[in-house]
Amino acid sequence: MSNNGFKVKIGLASCSIAAGAAKVHDLLKDLLADDGIHLQRTGCMGLCYCEPQVEVVAPDGRSYLYGNVSTDNVGQIVEEHIKKGEPVEELLVVPPDGASEAGEYIGRQERFLLHNCGNIDPENIESYLDAGGYKGLAKAVAMKPEEVIAEVKSSGLRGRGGAGFPTHQKWTFARDAKGEQKYIICNADEGDPGAFMDRSILESDPHSVLEGMMIAGYAIGASVGYIYIRAEYPLAIRRLKIAIAQAKEHYYLGTNILNSGFDFDIKIREGAGAFVCGEETALIASIEGKRGMPRFRPPFPAVSGLFASPTSINNVETFANVPQILAQGAAAYNVHGTEFSKGTKVFALAGKVNRGGLIEVPMGMSINDIVFAVGGGISTGKAFKAVQTGGPSGGCIPAELADTAVDYESLKEIGAIMGSGGLLIMDEETCMVDVAKFFLTFTREESCGKCTFCRVGTEQMLRILERITEGEGTEEDIDTLEDLGSKIKAGSLCGLGQTVPNPVLTTIKYFRDEYEAHVRDKVCPAKNCKALIEYEIVAEDCKGCGLCRKQCPVDAISGGKKEPHVIDQATCLRCGLCVNSCKFDCITVSSKPGKTAPVDGQGMGAVS
Amino acid sequence: MMKTMAVEELQVLKEKNPLLAIDAIVQRHNADPGSAIPILQDIQNTFGYVAPEVLQRVSELSGILESELYSIVTFYSQFRMEPIGENLIQVCHGTACHLAGAERVSEAIMHETGAKDGGTSPDGKFTLEKVACLGCCSLAPVITVNEETYGRVAPNEVGKVLKEINGQTEDKKAGCKGGCHHE
Repeated sequence: MSNNGFKVKIGLASCSIAAGAAKVHDLLKDLLADDGIHLQRTGCMGLCYCEPQVEVVAPDGRSYLYGNVSTDNVGQIVEEHIKKGEPVEELLVVPPDGASEAGEYIGRQERFLLHNCGNIDPENIESYLDAGGYKGLAKAVAMKPEEVIAEVKSSGLRGRGGAGFPTHQKWTFARDAKGEQKYIICNADEGDPGAFMDRSILESDPHSVLEGMMIAGYAIGASVGYIYIRAEYPLAIRRLKIAIAQAKEHYYLGTNILNSGFDFDIKIREGAGAFVCGEETALIASIEGKRGMPRFRPPFPAVSGLFASPTSINNVETFANVPQILAQGAAAYNVHGTEFSKGTKVFALAGKVNRGGLIEVPMGMSINDIVFAVGGGISTGKAFKAVQTGGPSGGCIPAELADTAVDYESLKEIGAIMGSGGLLIMDEETCMVDVAKFFLTFTREESCGKCTFCRVGTEQMLRILERITEGEGTEEDIDTLEDLGSKIKAGSLCGLGQTVPNPVLTTIKYFRDEYEAHVRDKVCPAKNCKALIEYEIVAEDCKGCGLCRKQCPVDAISGGKKEPHVIDQATCLRCGLCVNSCKFDCITVSSKPGKTAPVDGQGMGAVS
Repeated sequence: MMKTMAVEELQVLKEKNPLLAIDAIVQRHNADPGSAIPILQDIQNTFGYVAPEVLQRVSELSGILESELYSIVTFYSQFRMEPIGENLIQVCHGTACHLAGAERVSEAIMHETGAKDGGTSPDGKFTLEKVACLGCCSLAPVITVNEETYGRVAPNEVGKVLKEINGQTEDKKAGCKGGCHHE
């Protein structure tokens, strides 16, 4: 049979592959081969919550997006929709008219930067070219470098790595700096836990980042660009390598690019697992083959950066914006966003939200709109409690302040930061002290050790938080945390140390009562901290199936067949495995009774 | 050309003569400035870990001080100085996974395999590593086993996943030629 006019696309990014998309792809390819229908691979379609996704475009051009596709139901889509022309309603997440929950999720976004993600084949340069790729570069090299910088200036683009420094200023400094050799660095060391924007862009639209780097190279007068990327992102690295090779074949990289006399080459450097390397001077040290330790600025990298040469470091998303700004013009770009925060921002929406994924919204959208209109509200059915922005450097914003607009200035005003784009949604079952402890555990580990306040201060803050979550904290501890936090901020050299106390400071600021409940009443209001809770089996609901007993790692559960089971509190580790295994929801968690007085002898030095 | 020696070729060379594989790796990168980290990464990819004895040879060949190499290996969390078990399990402890119960998953794996965090199980089959975010937050909690990602891992199902993996590696040892998909 010959091609009947249908087009089929499947999203193959890390998330989708983890959800089984590679197997769906292989099967789909086989099923479509007989009909001569081409199956196109694309990157992330953005709807991470219903991966894997398959898009079917009918001969009349109408698009049908299927979600949660598996090897069990993909045959049905081929048989009924592609062969008989009857869409499979029950698997459809976005119908052609967009009238669905997922349609709402996409409809409320402004997919300006991500327009290629989920549409083009990231491993094929032709696909990028067909979508208008490398037009920005062509326009740029026909202009003077100063004009390119002026265009970026009037676009209002600010660094998407988190701090929001105006991109054109960085470029101007590097352009004006004296030096034979200059460098461009793309910071793809996306280390914030909970952030996957850069990975998704690199996996779905790698050429846009390369093109942005080339334009930046032309603007500042650099001939070499480095991409410093986390080794934890193997697929992004693979697709970047393919993209670089294809760009060379098509003469977008190399010498005398587009007959302009401009030479540019791009190299990849894999990170080796150090969060601090997201900081620019540490990142440079790492590319130079040293320990990733930050150094004092000035001199700024724009003057003396990689191998002591003028260097401009920008983040993945910043570079991905640049080709569009050049191709469409600054005026078309800065219609999006607010007065001082132009354009759109890509976020990784995750946590306890119904529709999580890769989203792009105009700057200035409120947190509430992101959580409810885009994200569809809280997944657990519990109350919305807080959102965490900016990972370990960011802050927790309480639900009461969720009408705050998401732009650089508004977030700063309430003590949070934009950060690189992680948005973690938390419900009332999340313990804010535990969240603060989680981030401190991470940053304590990741402090490079150069500055005493960061190295020792994070350790001490973590010990205090551990004490509090174990029910052994005092009220004085909360004040000590605040005091230490402000000193670490003041006494640290780089952005890591200057921001690590943020999660603790903002949770104390907005959720002080929760800290107080831990230290005064020895209660964890979210019923999360192990030392302050206990699990119990509700005897009248227990069917005596024995699943929890088998699951318990320490044999703390006993009971005969078809008889109510009992948990021995003295042996129980409070790991919660029994709750996961119970099919009748008859295991409850409650605050531990009788915990009232602090235990002596647990001073700051006593905990190891 | 040495520069383009593929990972597979390095593996073959390593089997024949480990010292030559190290030579090839150093030669592959030596012309690049700041090559210490890529050299050590290639060594770990080829040998599974960076043995302390290797550093001296790398130093002789590359001219990079042995102390400098040592400082890198001990600074970056990616480098291991001891061999790992047959299967490497990485448990994501990113924020989303933490909220979704990554701690329970880790505990279940430790209980199931007997491996401690960063260590290898007594039978040498599994090495467990807690890692920072793997970037698959929507599928939390996430683990990877030998670089293959598993999403929405329920702690009480970890045992099943591990048995499956163990079965697969046994199959491979017995000469499985096809049917295994690796993207």
